[in-house]
Amino acid sequence: MEKLYTVSASPHIHSGISTPQIMRDVLLALLPALCISVWFFGFGALYVTAISVASCMFFEYFITRYILHKPLSLRDGSAAVTGLLLAFNVPTNLPEWIIITGALVSIGIAKMSFGGLGNNPFNPALVGRVFLLISFPVQMTTWPIPKGIFTPLIDAATGPTPLALVKENIKNGLPIQDIMANLPSLSDLLLGNRGGSMGEIAALALLAGFAYLLIRKVITWHIPVCILGTLGVFTGILWMSHPDLYPDPIFHLLSGGAILGAVFMATDYTTSPMSLKGKVAYGIGIGLITGLIRVYGAYPEGMSFAILIMNAFVPLINVYMKPARFGKEVKHG
Amino acid sequence: MPKTFLQGGVHPPECKLSKEKAIVTPLLPDRVLIPLSQHIGSPAIACVGVGDQVKTGQVIAKSSGFVSANIHASISGTVSKIGDFSDVTGYCKSALMIEREGDEWIEEIDHTETLIEDLNKSKTEIISKITHAGIVGLGGATFPSHVKLTIPPGKKCKMLLINGAECEPYLTCDHRLMLEKTEEILIGIRLLMIALEVSHAKIGIEENKADAISQFNRLIKKHPGISVVSMKTKYPQGGEKQLIKALTGQEVSPGEIPLDIGVIPFNIGTVYAIYEAVQKNKPLIERTVTLTGKKMGTPSNFRVRIGTILSDILEQAGGIPENTGKVILGGPMMGKAANSLNIPITKGCSGILFVEETESFRKPAEPCIRCAKCVSSCPMGLEPYLLGKLSEMGQFEKAAHEGITLCIECGSCSFICPANRPLLDWIRVGKNAVLKQARVSKK
Repeated sequence: MEKLYTVSASPHIHSGISTPQIMRDVLLALLPALCISVWFFGFGALYVTAISVASCMFFEYFITRYILHKPLSLRDGSAAVTGLLLAFNVPTNLPEWIIITGALVSIGIAKMSFGGLGNNPFNPALVGRVFLLISFPVQMTTWPIPKGIFTPLIDAATGPTPLALVKENIKNGLPIQDIMANLPSLSDLLLGNRGGSMGEIAALALLAGFAYLLIRKVITWHIPVCILGTLGVFTGILWMSHPDLYPDPIFHLLSGGAILGAVFMATDYTTSPMSLKGKVAYGIGIGLITGLIRVYGAYPEGMSFAILIMNAFVPLINVYMKPARFGKEVKHG
Repeated sequence: MPKTFLQGGVHPPECKLSKEKAIVTPLLPDRVLIPLSQHIGSPAIACVGVGDQVKTGQVIAKSSGFVSANIHASISGTVSKIGDFSDVTGYCKSALMIEREGDEWIEEIDHTETLIEDLNKSKTEIISKITHAGIVGLGGATFPSHVKLTIPPGKKCKMLLINGAECEPYLTCDHRLMLEKTEEILIGIRLLMIALEVSHAKIGIEENKADAISQFNRLIKKHPGISVVSMKTKYPQGGEKQLIKALTGQEVSPGEIPLDIGVIPFNIGTVYAIYEAVQKNKPLIERTVTLTGKKMGTPSNFRVRIGTILSDILEQAGGIPENTGKVILGGPMMGKAANSLNIPITKGCSGILFVEETESFRKPAEPCIRCAKCVSSCPMGLEPYLLGKLSEMGQFEKAAHEGITLCIECGSCSFICPANRPLLDWIRVGKNAVLKQARVSKK
């Protein structure tokens, strides 16, 4: 009999891009910031990361295998990304059991209970972080002081983050110039020599990761640029109107989780809008809410809440902000 | 600055393996199988019977309406069978088989290579020759050319656009024609300009064919009104709407035809066929076909008689590569997979692509990660992830509302999807359901 060939519908070629490859790129993009954290906080940073990644992967494995009875999804790499991002969002002196609790909330509640990868409405790592922040406020805001790579694993020295310092001192009525004088310098903010969550300290390393993600076309510039731009404009207007009351926008952009959140958390595929227009609106929303929380809210940092709040608007944004269809509007009869 | 369409698009690897290979005329086939429907519109009606002697170029099936096209004998010999044959899509279609005897042409055809430039022709003469020659769009759409040239009263064509994008990977037939038949194509364009009563024509060519661009730029000087536009290499630039957007900046809206914004596009291959029809009285009995594939010994460009059976011509192209798993008629993005080599090359077939066994299967689909790559790659501004989902759930009305019928089936979404989701498959299901519904409610 004559040979029959495979038949399938077009297209017959594929770009070769795959989910695991994208996740690998995200992990690689986070690597410089991880190295900086180890440099300033010591091997405690690696220890936290290892626990967080391992427990996220374990919970994903356990839930898919024994509860959902679905095919294993560890290979796609998303659990590892969630684990790394969760670690980036906590202080490096956090007790192990708190990290594991955070991983359980991230994977178990925020991700798998909605059906796993691609179905969760909220960013899993941020849900984990905010859960920990509300449940264990003391441990979650006791920041280690950056003392270098040989910091012992258990180190009692702690100090506040720059943003917390500003908030606290403004409340106490100190003039902003005096507060700013005690803060880490611009170069410290850029390089990472300051207190804070593990992965948020080094602005330059995070921006290098941003550049890598752009080059690899993992994300587009829209969300990060809109978030940072809006935050900069918002805090810039306040600063220009009352330079003695508010810190300058550069400080806002470089401190706290602004860059980490804008580049790595808000751009999470599943929980961000699909159209470019939508991404712009979403980015502006996050920037604005972050600014409002930082300036007027009770928390010194607002990035996590801002992203989670805007996550909730994503389905709505997807319905109302469609890409422009080719040609003029279609009439529906 | 090279022009392009603005929204969406992808960059598949070009793989133009045969771009250096001059067009070869293979030995005449001993038989041809000529389907009666090689165009959009109603099938032609056979006007010869089994046992009849036919000469090359003779009409063997007549156009059966306005949107239809004549079909001609592509070799001389005896009609041996008329009946149903399964075509590339697996459907049974009427076709006619001719067994070759010698090489006899009907008299009025000039089948030499001599260049003829006789522009002293009237609009009606040109259109009637094109109609008689059974010319259809050779880019793949196979829309009868005389229909495009018949401008309805009240409409006016302002510019002629020539599609030299050839954005499909692997295919090089238009590229080779542009290099080897530049003068002929320019004369063909002049004839079309007379037929459409326009004074301007633009040839759009993608940057990856720089030699063709400079060749045209060198030769257009003696042809007033024709200009060459270099376009950024991007798929699907050869799509009608994308080409028009790239060349004019205007968008053809849903429900409109290009003429509504005053342009008419023609493919390079079609223009060459029109040159042959008008200047040499030669009907559409052959076309350029790229035979290619990564494992192919010598990827090449053949000038093939219409109706040549694939297996008959393969020997001259070096045989079928070992471990071929898939045979695609057309390019890898929009071509159709054929299940056997026992199928004829028709007017709309621009290439034959042989794909290795190992690359013939899709990877299993994984969950959508909502990366939005399908949305940003869609040249029509659609949301493939959503349309696919709606079709999968059978919500065709919603899919229609989301513009599913705009889809041009370019395949960019399935190509780019990191989760290997069969987006276009589902969109086709939905699109067909919506179009069927529209047909039913019209009746």
